[in-house]
Amino acid sequence: MNENQKPVVSTEELVAAVKKATEAVFATMLGLELSIKEAFVEKATAVVPASGVVSLIGLAGAMVGTGSLSCSCEFACRMSGALLMAEHTQMDEEVLDSIAEITNMVIGNVKTTLEDRLGASLGLSIPTVIFGLNFQTRSGRSQEWVVVPFASGADNLYVQLCLGPNKDSAAKPGRPGFALPQVVNF
Amino acid sequence: MVDVLIVDDSAAIRKILQRVLRQTDIPIGRVIEAGDGVEALAALKDAEIAQEPTVGLILCDINMPNMDGLELLSKLKAHPDWKDLPVVMVSTEGSQTKVLEAVGLGAAGYVRKPFTADQIKEKLTAIL
Repeated sequence: MNENQKPVVSTEELVAAVKKATEAVFATMLGLELSIKEAFVEKATAVVPASGVVSLIGLAGAMVGTGSLSCSCEFACRMSGALLMAEHTQMDEEVLDSIAEITNMVIGNVKTTLEDRLGASLGLSIPTVIFGLNFQTRSGRSQEWVVVPFASGADNLYVQLCLGPNKDSAAKPGRPGFALPQVVNF
Repeated sequence: MVDVLIVDDSAAIRKILQRVLRQTDIPIGRVIEAGDGVEALAALKDAEIAQEPTVGLILCDINMPNMDGLELLSKLKAHPDWKDLPVVMVSTEGSQTKVLEAVGLGAAGYVRKPFTADQIKEKLTAIL
């Protein structure tokens, strides 16, 4: 975030909202234990190589940006199995759909917290899930990601938010695509 | 027996809701699935054409492609044959504004995701 952009919601508030939403989804829908690790802020331009699953969802309205969940394919299968009470050993349609829905619930609940905090409505896009080996993601603008890592047994889950004030005062919440352009390199 | 229409773009949620429905004391008949509001209206029209009994309950997400749950709800309430169908919204949308909008449009209930099976059961038992 550059010097001219004052954060409408602090990093601490975002981390607290992510923690509350993620723990609620895991306790209620997955029945998996989860512990939070230390959150940090990452420059969008500092591209980090990744393999596994990344699920992205756009936010728009008073604030614009993107929320994401990322984890290994193994953990994605374990989460999907817990959600659907089934066993998944490889990435398939059910696993991808489960990850999309988990993302929708986590970021959707963060959105509700932000709406209460801002007193304004936000729109949420339909999630997009990407999986593969050795790919990178970054925002198309110079923004910062608030990264909240979680652990469940030996598996890690990263819930990330890249949010900024909406400069377009006439913008209305709706059904956005990605509010910030996303780049995925394979 | 109550026939149910589940409208959600997530196959995972449709599967979970089916499982929860079968766990209730409510006698559940057919369960029809639709991925958005357009598919839901088509399913209701198909049932009408086939002279099948109208569903007795609709569980409906809000954020969906093509036609969202609130638009579907308003279309149902404007239709003479479907206006009395109980529609329970099941959504991540949790703001008071959205809940009031859904209730104002005629939703019979509202369950926020993530949900427990008991929350769904309690809501349906109160409505049916």
